[in-house]
Amino acid sequence: MANTQLTPGIAAGRIGADEIAQNFDDLHAPFEPHEAAVASDRCYFCYDAPCITACPTDIDIPLFIRQIQTGTPEAAAKTILEQNILGGMCARVCPTETLCEEACVREMAEGKPVEIGRLQRYATDTLMAQGVHPFTRAASTGKTVAVVGAGPAGLACAHRLAMKGHDVVLYDARPKAGGLNEFGIAAYKSTDEFAAREVDWLLQIGGIEMKLGQRLGSDLDLATLRSTHDAVFLGVGLGGVNALRAKGEDKAGVEDAVSFIADLRQAEDLTNLPVGRNVVVIGGGMTAVDAAVQSKLLGAETVTIAYRRGQDRMSASRYEQDLATSKGVRILTNAQPVAIHGNGTATEVEFEYTADSGQGLTGTGETFRLPADQVFKAIGQTLDGMPDGLTLSGSKIAVTAAGRTSLDDVWAGGDCAEGGDDLTVTAVAEGRDAAEDIHRKLSAG
Amino acid sequence: MADLTTDFLGIKSPNPFWLASAPPTDKEYNVRRAFEAGWGGVVWKTLGSEGPPVVNVNGPRYGAIYGADRRLLGLNNIELITDRPLETNLEEIARVKADYPDRAMIVSLMVPCEEEAWKAILPRVEETGADGIELNFGCPHGMSERGMGAAVGQVPEYIEMVTRWCKENYSKPVIVKLTPNITDIRKPAMAAKNGGADAVSLINTINSITSVDLDTMSPEPSIDGKGSHGGYCGPAVKPIALSMVSEISRHVETRGMPISGIGGITTWRDAAEYISLGCGNVQVCTAAMTYGFKVVQEMISGLSDWMDEKGHTNVSDFVGQAVPNVTDWQYLNLNYVTKARIDQDACIKCGRCYAACEDTSHQAISMSSDRVFEVIDAECVACNLCVDVCPVENCITMEEMAPGTVDPRTGKVVEEEYANWTTHPNNPGAVAAE
Repeated sequence: MANTQLTPGIAAGRIGADEIAQNFDDLHAPFEPHEAAVASDRCYFCYDAPCITACPTDIDIPLFIRQIQTGTPEAAAKTILEQNILGGMCARVCPTETLCEEACVREMAEGKPVEIGRLQRYATDTLMAQGVHPFTRAASTGKTVAVVGAGPAGLACAHRLAMKGHDVVLYDARPKAGGLNEFGIAAYKSTDEFAAREVDWLLQIGGIEMKLGQRLGSDLDLATLRSTHDAVFLGVGLGGVNALRAKGEDKAGVEDAVSFIADLRQAEDLTNLPVGRNVVVIGGGMTAVDAAVQSKLLGAETVTIAYRRGQDRMSASRYEQDLATSKGVRILTNAQPVAIHGNGTATEVEFEYTADSGQGLTGTGETFRLPADQVFKAIGQTLDGMPDGLTLSGSKIAVTAAGRTSLDDVWAGGDCAEGGDDLTVTAVAEGRDAAEDIHRKLSAG
Repeated sequence: MADLTTDFLGIKSPNPFWLASAPPTDKEYNVRRAFEAGWGGVVWKTLGSEGPPVVNVNGPRYGAIYGADRRLLGLNNIELITDRPLETNLEEIARVKADYPDRAMIVSLMVPCEEEAWKAILPRVEETGADGIELNFGCPHGMSERGMGAAVGQVPEYIEMVTRWCKENYSKPVIVKLTPNITDIRKPAMAAKNGGADAVSLINTINSITSVDLDTMSPEPSIDGKGSHGGYCGPAVKPIALSMVSEISRHVETRGMPISGIGGITTWRDAAEYISLGCGNVQVCTAAMTYGFKVVQEMISGLSDWMDEKGHTNVSDFVGQAVPNVTDWQYLNLNYVTKARIDQDACIKCGRCYAACEDTSHQAISMSSDRVFEVIDAECVACNLCVDVCPVENCITMEEMAPGTVDPRTGKVVEEEYANWTTHPNNPGAVAAE
């Protein structure tokens, strides 16, 4: 007998294939040309526009919107991609509601910003659908750069270096490039293999040699990379996951949210992907929302996000929180896990309510239990196995604004480096800026 | 509720909204629908002489100019006068008029510039029972190449001559429709008056090419790769028409002459503006062609509400009310000093006022690092560009400086007395104030 939402434990195929397909369809359907024309007409072409300031990659948003409005989406795409080579993915995953669209003067005027994210997608999709790569390489400089990590930071860095005429070797530990674009991020934000298609399109610049399955620390070592290349960029992301520090964390059914999301993104058939009847996600960020929503969309009966602080402290945007609740996810705040119960396999999570005194978080002593067949940990990732010789700042690689590390021929960017908001768009900006700095340094001889 | 009934040349209609002579009034079917929708009158699409009717192109007749969201701002056409037999039109006119005696029925005419041609058609129009005729001296395309339409309207002597023939051979009111494709609209208006016209109507359409197809290099609308200038109309032409109407309203030889206002009237407000500049009623075409006949209902309710608000009981109460305020530049008060003011609470910080002023005007708006925009009175010449480009209505306003205060731009005290260019010391032809 087929599984249902009420099937106990962790099971696949809780809902039908059609429903799953519908659930994981594009969160926002792409604009039709007329919709894009209407949306672009709303842009006021502001002077020194606040949306540009709010964009981590400083895309000239009013210009690209005007280019769409005048019927030249390809020119719009070029305006976007000059600043952000992963403009296609960022159009899908950027929390625009806290970036450009929050800054849009029409948000202030009427609470309805210009739909910048969807317009950006319209422009970049139009260009990419034509198979056009609008940039060409400069004459070869004869220099080689190792870029470690083919996620947003590494891809942006590699592309910019290749464009400047350097030869790039792009390493990644996984069997596929893309980093979190490919293995993280909710599936409904990147449908139709977009992450992989974007990587293929980006590589059309030429001069980038991809070496997959190469993990820093086991297959690669920094000293060798430094001796065989003129510069090294590290965009390795955060490989480790923070521990819950709750009793029973080792029980079956307790998993890392990032692993679940990666499995989901790589699944050939989502009806074969198991999910708990009762799912509890611990954390308050985007990863927690992505794991929770997708659990619900796979057919979990109940899904709860539990966050130890107040709702205003959640790093997931309000928009993301609303998305979660609209899909039937319950958001529970001021509750910290103290134990996972179950006989070898998780069946319940025990929480204690918390109070934030301003000095720190304290348990109130009052506890309760939620049924949980599957518990996802989404309480942050950590740097995993960093080579010696790099100075850290807190738990991340210390860098200058231009991405320079404590080693004069090593740069770093993206989630593994200090600063930034752990956003795709921030990683792109850091990779790009590091490439510019590497280029300056290599050009100086 | 205000009384919208109008009496134009003795022709009564339940409201001042007539449909202009154009495609919407070419057939009985359309005109009946218009009357059912509430239009006060129609000017039947232009009739030509007896005989084989004109033919139209069989490709596109219209081209368009759009604003945001394909809002139609301007329309041009290369359609000719009616291409249906004269007899058919006359029968339909008579039938419709009989069924709608309370509505105005005007027949537009365009026949060759020969007295016999007019003598032939006028009695037949008279027989229909229509309330009057309108002489189409305006169509700029096609017929003008055959010596009719704008080809007549551009020669005042012809206007006067033909008008006189019509007055001699037709008993009811004669309205002369003017072309804007001339340099001084007062000349043809005077000619019409001299010929005995009861009224003028304006404007007819403006010579235009709406666009060029950059792939085929053909003007639009394109007929097999070629295009011809057409007649431009719609909201985009309203300012041109208003100015021409005002010229006739205030000219010493034409003031007081009844005017039927035409040109881009889309809402009740447009209509009220035309009436305030001296029109006894208005004619509408593009708005109906864009939105259908139902638009008249908004025009009726809007005009009526506004008249109630202003205390007008009849449309004639405010005909020409704005005319005394139309003057020559030389009489504008140079002692009227204003400065732009930005309402900081209403400002959405788009910076368009700053870009406009800094790049293209007088560098009279400052911008702080946190996007506060403020007017620099010492530089502001009160040009109004910031007001015009601001996307928020009433966010930037022009505030008058009180007499006795000092204009920081000029360092001069604002005078209370009116003073204009004619007495200004910089004017070489200045006359001393009496």
